[in-house]
Amino acid sequence: MVLLDYIIMIAKVLVIFGGLMGMVAYMTLFERRMVAFIQTRKGPNRVGFEGLLQPIADAIKLLSKEDVTPVNANRIIFNLAPVLTFVPALLTIAVVPVADNVSLFGKEIRMVISDMNIGILFILAVASMGIYGVILGGWSANSKYPLLGGLRASAQMISYEVSLGLALVGLLMVAGTFSLTEIVEQQDSILKLGIVRQPLGFILFSIAVLAETNRIPFDLPEAEAELVGGYNTEYSGMKFAMFFMAEYAHIITTSMVVTTLYLGGWQGPILPPVIWFLIKVVFILFAFVWIRGTLPRFRYDQLMRFGWLVMLPLALLNIFVTGVILAI
Amino acid sequence: MESIGNYAYAGIWTLFGVAFVVLVLFFASLIRPQRPNPNKLKTYECGEFPFSSAQFQFNVKYYIFALIFVIFDVEVVFLFPWAVVYNSLGLFALIEMLVFLAILIFGLAYAWRKGALQWV
Repeated sequence: MVLLDYIIMIAKVLVIFGGLMGMVAYMTLFERRMVAFIQTRKGPNRVGFEGLLQPIADAIKLLSKEDVTPVNANRIIFNLAPVLTFVPALLTIAVVPVADNVSLFGKEIRMVISDMNIGILFILAVASMGIYGVILGGWSANSKYPLLGGLRASAQMISYEVSLGLALVGLLMVAGTFSLTEIVEQQDSILKLGIVRQPLGFILFSIAVLAETNRIPFDLPEAEAELVGGYNTEYSGMKFAMFFMAEYAHIITTSMVVTTLYLGGWQGPILPPVIWFLIKVVFILFAFVWIRGTLPRFRYDQLMRFGWLVMLPLALLNIFVTGVILAI
Repeated sequence: MESIGNYAYAGIWTLFGVAFVVLVLFFASLIRPQRPNPNKLKTYECGEFPFSSAQFQFNVKYYIFALIFVIFDVEVVFLFPWAVVYNSLGLFALIEMLVFLAILIFGLAYAWRKGALQWV
Protein backbone atom coordinates (compact mmCIF):
# COMPACT_ATOMS: atom_id res chain seq x y z
CA MET A 1 0.00 0.00 0.00
CA VAL A 2 2.79 2.40 0.95
CA LEU A 3 4.64 1.60 -2.26
CA LEU A 4 1.50 2.42 -4.25
CA ASP A 5 1.29 5.78 -2.45
CA TYR A 6 4.83 6.59 -3.48
CA ILE A 7 4.20 5.61 -7.09
CA ILE A 8 1.06 7.76 -7.21
CA MET A 9 2.97 10.64 -5.64
CA ILE A 10 5.84 10.44 -8.14
CA ALA A 11 3.38 10.12 -11.02
CA LYS A 12 1.52 13.24 -9.87
CA VAL A 13 4.75 15.23 -9.57
CA LEU A 14 5.93 14.11 -13.01
CA VAL A 15 2.62 14.82 -14.73
CA ILE A 16 2.19 18.25 -13.17
CA PHE A 17 5.83 19.19 -13.73
CA GLY A 18 5.73 18.05 -17.34
CA GLY A 19 2.45 19.85 -17.92
CA LEU A 20 3.77 23.04 -16.36
CA MET A 21 6.99 22.99 -18.38
CA GLY A 22 5.03 22.36 -21.57
CA MET A 23 2.78 25.29 -20.72
CA VAL A 24 5.81 27.49 -19.99
CA ALA A 25 7.33 26.61 -23.37
CA TYR A 26 4.14 27.20 -25.32
CA MET A 27 3.18 30.27 -23.31
CA THR A 28 6.20 32.03 -24.88
CA LEU A 29 4.97 31.14 -28.36
CA PHE A 30 1.35 31.97 -27.48
CA GLU A 31 2.39 35.36 -26.16
CA ARG A 32 4.56 36.21 -29.14
CA ARG A 33 1.89 35.18 -31.64
CA MET A 34 -0.92 36.95 -29.76
CA VAL A 35 1.03 40.20 -29.32
CA ALA A 36 1.95 39.98 -33.00
CA PHE A 37 -1.72 39.67 -33.98
CA ILE A 38 -2.64 42.59 -31.71
CA GLN A 39 0.02 44.69 -33.43
CA THR A 40 -0.95 43.37 -36.89
CA ARG A 41 2.30 41.50 -37.37
CA LYS A 42 2.77 37.81 -38.12
CA GLY A 43 4.96 36.72 -35.23
CA PRO A 44 7.24 33.65 -35.30
CA ASN A 45 5.71 31.26 -37.87
CA ARG A 46 8.69 29.68 -39.63
CA VAL A 47 9.95 26.92 -37.30
CA GLY A 48 7.57 24.03 -37.81
CA PHE A 49 3.87 24.39 -38.69
CA GLU A 50 2.80 27.95 -37.73
CA GLY A 51 5.87 28.24 -35.49
CA LEU A 52 4.90 25.32 -33.27
CA LEU A 53 8.52 24.17 -32.92
CA GLN A 54 9.74 27.65 -32.00
CA PRO A 55 9.96 26.97 -28.21
CA ILE A 56 12.11 23.89 -28.89
CA ALA A 57 14.40 25.87 -31.15
CA ASP A 58 14.67 28.54 -28.45
CA ALA A 59 15.52 25.92 -25.83
CA ILE A 60 18.29 24.43 -27.98
CA LYS A 61 19.65 27.88 -28.72
CA LEU A 62 19.76 28.90 -25.06
CA LEU A 63 21.27 25.57 -23.98
CA SER A 64 24.16 25.92 -26.40
CA LYS A 65 24.93 29.58 -25.65
CA GLU A 66 28.11 30.53 -23.83
CA ASP A 67 27.59 31.44 -20.20
CA VAL A 68 29.33 34.73 -19.38
CA THR A 69 29.91 35.70 -15.75
CA PRO A 70 31.27 39.25 -15.43
CA VAL A 71 34.62 39.42 -13.58
CA ASN A 72 33.31 41.85 -11.00
CA ALA A 73 30.29 39.73 -10.16
CA ASN A 74 29.83 38.03 -6.82
CA ARG A 75 30.03 34.52 -8.27
CA ILE A 76 28.24 32.44 -5.64
CA ILE A 77 25.20 34.69 -5.36
CA PHE A 78 25.24 35.28 -9.11
CA ASN A 79 24.90 31.54 -9.71
CA LEU A 80 22.41 31.03 -6.90
CA ALA A 81 19.96 33.74 -7.99
CA PRO A 82 18.43 31.87 -10.98
CA VAL A 83 17.66 28.91 -8.72
CA LEU A 84 16.17 31.20 -6.08
CA THR A 85 13.93 32.75 -8.72
CA PHE A 86 12.87 29.58 -10.49
CA VAL A 87 12.03 27.31 -7.56
CA PRO A 88 9.59 29.64 -5.72
CA ALA A 89 7.81 30.33 -9.01
CA LEU A 90 7.29 26.58 -9.32
CA LEU A 91 6.27 25.93 -5.71
CA THR A 92 2.88 27.62 -5.72
CA ILE A 93 1.32 24.98 -7.93
CA ALA A 94 1.92 22.31 -5.26
CA VAL A 95 -1.24 23.31 -3.39
CA VAL A 96 -3.48 24.02 -6.40
CA PRO A 97 -6.06 21.27 -7.06
CA VAL A 98 -6.14 20.67 -10.82
CA ALA A 99 -9.13 18.31 -10.86
CA ASP A 100 -11.72 16.52 -8.76
CA ASN A 101 -10.73 13.43 -6.76
CA VAL A 102 -10.31 10.36 -8.94
CA SER A 103 -10.83 6.73 -7.89
CA LEU A 104 -8.09 4.48 -9.14
CA PHE A 105 -6.92 1.05 -7.86
CA GLY A 106 -9.69 1.32 -5.25
CA LYS A 107 -8.17 4.48 -3.75
CA GLU A 108 -9.32 8.06 -3.68
CA ILE A 109 -6.60 10.08 -5.37
CA ARG A 110 -6.57 13.80 -4.77
CA MET A 111 -5.49 15.65 -7.89
CA VAL A 112 -3.22 17.99 -5.95
CA ILE A 113 0.38 17.47 -4.90
CA SER A 114 -0.02 18.69 -1.36
CA ASP A 115 -3.51 19.06 0.10
CA MET A 116 -2.45 21.46 2.87
CA ASN A 117 -5.08 22.95 5.13
CA ILE A 118 -3.15 26.24 5.03
CA GLY A 119 -2.81 26.40 1.24
CA ILE A 120 -3.35 30.16 0.92
CA LEU A 121 -0.72 30.94 3.56
CA PHE A 122 1.67 28.63 1.71
CA ILE A 123 1.05 30.49 -1.56
CA LEU A 124 1.64 33.89 0.02
CA ALA A 125 4.77 32.71 1.84
CA VAL A 126 6.26 31.17 -1.29
CA ALA A 127 5.28 34.12 -3.50
CA SER A 128 7.34 36.44 -1.28
CA MET A 129 10.40 34.23 -1.70
CA GLY A 130 10.63 35.16 -5.38
CA ILE A 131 11.87 38.65 -4.43
CA TYR A 132 15.15 37.22 -3.11
CA GLY A 133 16.22 35.84 -6.46
CA VAL A 134 15.44 39.10 -8.23
CA ILE A 135 17.20 41.41 -5.78
CA LEU A 136 20.20 39.11 -5.30
CA GLY A 137 20.54 38.58 -9.05
CA GLY A 138 20.43 42.31 -9.62
CA TRP A 139 22.88 43.14 -6.84
CA SER A 140 25.44 40.37 -7.35
CA ALA A 141 26.12 41.20 -11.01
CA ASN A 142 27.84 44.40 -9.82
CA SER A 143 26.49 46.31 -12.78
CA LYS A 144 24.34 49.43 -12.67
CA TYR A 145 21.34 48.44 -14.76
CA PRO A 146 20.70 45.15 -12.96
CA LEU A 147 21.05 46.86 -9.58
CA LEU A 148 18.45 49.50 -10.50
CA GLY A 149 16.17 46.81 -11.93
CA GLY A 150 16.51 44.69 -8.81
CA LEU A 151 15.79 47.60 -6.48
CA ARG A 152 12.76 48.65 -8.48
CA ALA A 153 11.50 45.09 -8.60
CA SER A 154 11.82 44.58 -4.86
CA ALA A 155 10.14 47.88 -3.96
CA GLN A 156 7.33 47.16 -6.40
CA MET A 157 6.80 43.60 -5.28
CA ILE A 158 6.66 44.41 -1.57
CA SER A 159 4.29 47.32 -2.25
CA TYR A 160 1.80 45.18 -4.12
CA GLU A 161 2.20 42.20 -1.85
CA VAL A 162 0.34 44.08 0.88
CA SER A 163 -2.62 44.60 -1.46
CA LEU A 164 -2.35 40.98 -2.61
CA GLY A 165 -2.71 39.74 0.96
CA LEU A 166 -5.46 42.20 1.87
CA ALA A 167 -7.47 41.39 -1.27
CA LEU A 168 -7.48 37.77 -0.15
CA VAL A 169 -8.81 38.59 3.32
CA GLY A 170 -12.28 39.28 1.90
CA LEU A 171 -12.33 35.90 0.18
CA LEU A 172 -11.17 34.19 3.36
CA MET A 173 -14.01 35.82 5.30
CA VAL A 174 -16.52 34.40 2.82
CA ALA A 175 -14.89 30.99 2.51
CA GLY A 176 -13.85 30.48 6.13
CA THR A 177 -10.95 28.19 5.26
CA PHE A 178 -7.33 28.33 4.10
CA SER A 179 -7.59 25.08 2.13
CA LEU A 180 -7.72 25.52 -1.65
CA THR A 181 -9.45 22.16 -2.06
CA GLU A 182 -12.32 23.30 0.16
CA ILE A 183 -12.49 26.71 -1.51
CA VAL A 184 -12.94 25.04 -4.89
CA GLU A 185 -15.56 22.65 -3.50
CA GLN A 186 -17.54 25.58 -2.12
CA GLN A 187 -17.79 27.26 -5.54
CA ASP A 188 -20.17 24.70 -7.01
CA SER A 189 -22.67 27.11 -8.58
CA ILE A 190 -22.41 30.38 -10.50
CA LEU A 191 -23.61 32.48 -7.57
CA LYS A 192 -21.03 30.93 -5.26
CA LEU A 193 -18.04 31.72 -7.46
CA GLY A 194 -15.36 33.84 -5.84
CA ILE A 195 -15.66 36.45 -8.57
CA VAL A 196 -19.38 36.88 -7.86
CA ARG A 197 -19.07 37.02 -4.10
CA GLN A 198 -15.90 39.14 -4.13
CA PRO A 199 -15.92 41.28 -7.31
CA LEU A 200 -13.74 44.05 -5.91
CA GLY A 201 -11.42 41.49 -4.31
CA PHE A 202 -11.05 39.76 -7.68
CA ILE A 203 -10.11 42.99 -9.46
CA LEU A 204 -7.62 44.00 -6.75
CA PHE A 205 -6.10 40.54 -6.63
CA SER A 206 -5.69 40.43 -10.42
CA ILE A 207 -3.99 43.83 -10.50
CA ALA A 208 -1.70 42.85 -7.63
CA VAL A 209 -0.86 39.62 -9.46
CA LEU A 210 0.12 41.61 -12.56
CA ALA A 211 2.45 43.69 -10.42
CA GLU A 212 3.86 40.65 -8.60
CA THR A 213 4.74 38.93 -11.85
CA ASN A 214 6.34 42.13 -13.22
CA ARG A 215 4.07 42.24 -16.23
CA ILE A 216 2.96 45.22 -18.28
CA PRO A 217 1.72 47.73 -17.14
CA PHE A 218 3.90 47.03 -14.08
CA ASP A 219 7.05 45.86 -15.88
CA LEU A 220 9.24 48.67 -14.52
CA PRO A 221 11.95 46.26 -13.32
CA GLU A 222 12.72 45.30 -16.90
CA ALA A 223 11.75 48.48 -18.69
CA GLU A 224 13.88 47.79 -21.74
CA ALA A 225 13.86 51.40 -22.91
CA GLU A 226 15.70 52.62 -19.82
CA LEU A 227 17.24 49.63 -18.02
CA VAL A 228 18.44 47.43 -20.91
CA GLY A 229 17.03 44.20 -19.46
CA GLY A 230 16.55 44.96 -15.78
CA TYR A 231 17.87 42.61 -13.13
CA ASN A 232 18.90 39.92 -15.63
CA THR A 233 21.00 42.16 -17.90
CA GLU A 234 24.32 40.46 -17.09
CA TYR A 235 22.95 36.93 -17.36
CA SER A 236 23.39 34.86 -20.48
CA GLY A 237 22.78 31.35 -21.74
CA MET A 238 20.83 28.95 -19.57
CA LYS A 239 20.92 31.15 -16.47
CA PHE A 240 19.14 33.86 -18.41
CA ALA A 241 16.69 31.23 -19.58
CA MET A 242 16.05 30.30 -15.95
CA PHE A 243 14.90 33.85 -15.19
CA PHE A 244 12.75 33.77 -18.28
CA MET A 245 11.22 30.41 -17.43
CA ALA A 246 10.69 31.56 -13.86
CA GLU A 247 8.74 34.56 -15.11
CA TYR A 248 6.48 32.43 -17.29
CA ALA A 249 6.10 29.73 -14.66
CA HIS A 250 5.12 32.48 -12.23
CA ILE A 251 2.51 33.80 -14.66
CA ILE A 252 1.04 30.33 -15.17
CA THR A 253 0.99 29.39 -11.49
CA THR A 254 -0.62 32.68 -10.50
CA SER A 255 -3.22 32.18 -13.24
CA MET A 256 -3.96 28.83 -11.66
CA VAL A 257 -4.27 30.46 -8.25
CA VAL A 258 -6.67 33.11 -9.59
CA THR A 259 -8.68 30.37 -11.29
CA THR A 260 -8.82 28.33 -8.10
CA LEU A 261 -9.72 31.17 -5.78
CA TYR A 262 -12.09 33.26 -7.89
CA LEU A 263 -13.24 31.29 -10.94
CA GLY A 264 -14.18 28.01 -9.31
CA GLY A 265 -11.11 25.95 -10.25
CA TRP A 266 -12.10 22.68 -11.89
CA GLN A 267 -15.83 23.16 -11.29
CA GLY A 268 -17.95 23.22 -14.43
CA PRO A 269 -20.73 21.37 -16.24
CA ILE A 270 -20.46 18.53 -18.80
CA LEU A 271 -16.73 18.66 -19.61
CA PRO A 272 -14.21 16.82 -17.40
CA PRO A 273 -12.77 18.86 -14.48
CA VAL A 274 -9.21 19.06 -15.86
CA ILE A 275 -10.50 20.52 -19.13
CA TRP A 276 -12.51 23.16 -17.27
CA PHE A 277 -9.47 24.03 -15.18
CA LEU A 278 -7.30 24.41 -18.27
CA ILE A 279 -9.93 26.46 -20.13
CA LYS A 280 -10.11 28.93 -17.26
CA VAL A 281 -6.31 29.08 -16.88
CA VAL A 282 -5.80 29.67 -20.60
CA PHE A 283 -8.43 32.41 -20.53
CA ILE A 284 -6.52 34.21 -17.77
CA LEU A 285 -3.23 33.71 -19.64
CA PHE A 286 -4.92 35.26 -22.67
CA ALA A 287 -5.95 38.20 -20.49
CA PHE A 288 -2.31 38.61 -19.42
CA VAL A 289 -1.21 38.80 -23.06
CA TRP A 290 -4.16 41.01 -23.99
CA ILE A 291 -3.22 43.50 -21.27
CA ARG A 292 0.37 43.41 -22.44
CA GLY A 293 -0.69 44.21 -25.99
CA THR A 294 -3.01 47.02 -24.93
CA LEU A 295 -1.63 49.05 -22.04
CA PRO A 296 1.41 51.34 -21.81
CA ARG A 297 3.84 51.20 -18.90
CA PHE A 298 3.37 53.10 -15.63
CA ARG A 299 5.83 55.71 -14.50
CA TYR A 300 7.55 54.67 -11.27
CA ASP A 301 6.00 57.32 -9.01
CA GLN A 302 2.56 56.54 -10.50
CA LEU A 303 3.14 52.87 -9.78
CA MET A 304 4.01 53.44 -6.13
CA ARG A 305 1.20 55.96 -5.61
CA PHE A 306 -1.31 53.58 -7.19
CA GLY A 307 -0.13 50.73 -5.00
CA TRP A 308 -0.25 52.56 -1.69
CA LEU A 309 -2.99 55.15 -2.14
CA VAL A 310 -5.48 53.33 -4.39
CA MET A 311 -4.98 49.57 -4.04
CA LEU A 312 -4.42 49.52 -0.28
CA PRO A 313 -7.41 51.71 0.74
CA LEU A 314 -9.66 49.84 -1.71
CA ALA A 315 -8.53 46.51 -0.27
CA LEU A 316 -9.34 47.75 3.25
CA LEU A 317 -12.71 49.00 1.99
CA ASN A 318 -13.35 45.55 0.53
CA ILE A 319 -12.71 43.95 3.93
CA PHE A 320 -15.01 46.46 5.61
CA VAL A 321 -17.87 45.96 3.11
CA THR A 322 -17.51 42.18 3.21
CA GLY A 323 -17.54 42.27 7.00
CA VAL A 324 -20.70 44.40 7.15
CA ILE A 325 -22.52 42.27 4.56
CA LEU A 326 -21.62 39.05 6.36
CA ALA A 327 -22.64 40.50 9.74
CA ILE A 328 -26.12 41.51 8.56
CA MET B 1 -0.99 13.00 10.67
CA GLU B 2 -2.48 13.82 7.33
CA SER B 3 -0.95 17.27 7.02
CA ILE B 4 2.62 16.18 7.87
CA GLY B 5 2.48 13.98 4.78
CA ASN B 6 1.30 16.99 2.82
CA TYR B 7 4.30 19.05 3.86
CA ALA B 8 6.53 16.16 2.84
CA TYR B 9 4.86 16.17 -0.60
CA ALA B 10 5.50 19.91 -0.94
CA GLY B 11 9.10 19.19 0.09
CA ILE B 12 9.43 16.53 -2.60
CA TRP B 13 8.08 18.99 -5.14
CA THR B 14 10.66 21.58 -4.01
CA LEU B 15 13.50 19.07 -4.28
CA PHE B 16 12.23 18.14 -7.72
CA GLY B 17 12.34 21.77 -8.80
CA VAL B 18 15.87 22.29 -7.43
CA ALA B 19 17.06 19.08 -9.05
CA PHE B 20 15.58 20.18 -12.38
CA VAL B 21 17.40 23.52 -12.31
CA VAL B 22 20.71 21.96 -11.28
CA LEU B 23 20.45 19.24 -13.91
CA VAL B 24 19.60 21.65 -16.71
CA LEU B 25 22.43 24.01 -15.77
CA PHE B 26 24.82 21.05 -15.55
CA PHE B 27 23.70 19.73 -18.93
CA ALA B 28 24.13 23.19 -20.44
CA SER B 29 27.67 23.38 -19.00
CA LEU B 30 28.53 20.17 -20.90
CA ILE B 31 27.47 21.36 -24.33
CA ARG B 32 28.04 25.10 -24.33
CA PRO B 33 31.23 26.71 -25.62
CA GLN B 34 33.61 28.38 -23.14
CA ARG B 35 35.83 31.04 -24.70
CA PRO B 36 36.32 33.84 -22.18
CA ASN B 37 38.16 37.01 -23.07
CA PRO B 38 38.71 40.15 -20.98
CA ASN B 39 36.40 42.32 -23.04
CA LYS B 40 33.60 39.79 -22.92
CA LEU B 41 33.82 39.48 -19.14
CA LYS B 42 33.64 43.23 -18.58
CA THR B 43 30.55 44.68 -16.92
CA TYR B 44 27.98 45.87 -19.45
CA GLU B 45 27.64 49.63 -19.56
CA CYS B 46 26.37 50.38 -23.06
CA GLY B 47 29.84 49.96 -24.59
CA GLU B 48 31.54 52.53 -22.33
CA PHE B 49 34.37 51.52 -20.01
CA PRO B 50 32.66 50.66 -16.72
CA PHE B 51 33.61 52.96 -13.84
CA SER B 52 33.35 52.29 -10.09
CA SER B 53 31.54 49.43 -8.43
CA ALA B 54 27.79 49.19 -8.86
CA GLN B 55 27.23 48.20 -5.25
CA PHE B 56 26.88 51.79 -4.13
CA GLN B 57 24.49 53.52 -1.78
CA PHE B 58 20.99 53.70 -3.16
CA ASN B 59 18.04 56.00 -2.61
CA VAL B 60 16.75 55.92 0.98
CA LYS B 61 13.17 55.87 -0.41
CA TYR B 62 13.49 52.13 -0.98
CA TYR B 63 14.28 51.67 2.70
CA ILE B 64 11.28 53.74 3.81
CA PHE B 65 8.98 51.68 1.61
CA ALA B 66 10.44 48.51 3.08
CA LEU B 67 9.67 49.79 6.59
CA ILE B 68 6.06 50.68 5.70
CA PHE B 69 5.75 47.28 4.03
CA VAL B 70 6.76 45.49 7.23
CA ILE B 71 4.07 47.33 9.22
CA PHE B 72 1.30 46.55 6.75
CA ASP B 73 2.38 43.00 6.13
CA VAL B 74 2.20 42.30 9.84
CA GLU B 75 -1.29 43.80 9.72
CA VAL B 76 -2.23 41.32 7.00
CA VAL B 77 -0.88 38.48 9.12
CA PHE B 78 -3.14 39.59 11.98
CA LEU B 79 -6.13 39.81 9.65
CA PHE B 80 -5.83 36.28 8.25
CA PRO B 81 -6.81 34.25 11.34
CA TRP B 82 -9.57 36.75 12.08
CA ALA B 83 -10.94 36.43 8.54
CA VAL B 84 -11.06 32.65 8.55
CA VAL B 85 -13.17 32.40 11.73
CA TYR B 86 -15.13 35.60 11.07
CA ASN B 87 -18.44 33.86 10.40
CA SER B 88 -18.56 32.35 13.87
CA LEU B 89 -17.48 35.51 15.70
CA GLY B 90 -20.25 37.94 14.78
CA LEU B 91 -20.64 41.68 15.20
CA PHE B 92 -18.21 42.15 18.10
CA ALA B 93 -15.29 40.84 16.03
CA LEU B 94 -16.20 43.24 13.23
CA ILE B 95 -16.16 46.27 15.52
CA GLU B 96 -12.90 45.17 17.10
CA MET B 97 -11.26 44.76 13.72
CA LEU B 98 -12.62 48.12 12.57
CA VAL B 99 -10.83 49.80 15.48
CA PHE B 100 -7.63 47.98 14.48
CA LEU B 101 -8.03 48.96 10.83
CA ALA B 102 -8.86 52.57 11.74
CA ILE B 103 -5.56 52.89 13.62
CA LEU B 104 -3.69 51.51 10.61
CA ILE B 105 -5.51 53.73 8.13
CA PHE B 106 -4.60 56.65 10.37
CA GLY B 107 -0.99 55.45 10.16
CA LEU B 108 -1.20 55.27 6.38
CA ALA B 109 -2.64 58.80 6.24
CA TYR B 110 0.17 59.99 8.53
CA ALA B 111 2.84 58.41 6.30
CA TRP B 112 1.19 60.02 3.28
CA ARG B 113 1.01 63.43 4.99
CA LYS B 114 4.69 63.17 5.90
CA GLY B 115 5.52 62.51 2.26
CA ALA B 116 6.80 58.96 2.81
CA LEU B 117 4.58 57.65 0.01
CA GLN B 118 5.60 60.31 -2.50
CA TRP B 119 8.24 58.91 -4.81
CA VAL B 120 9.74 62.13 -6.12
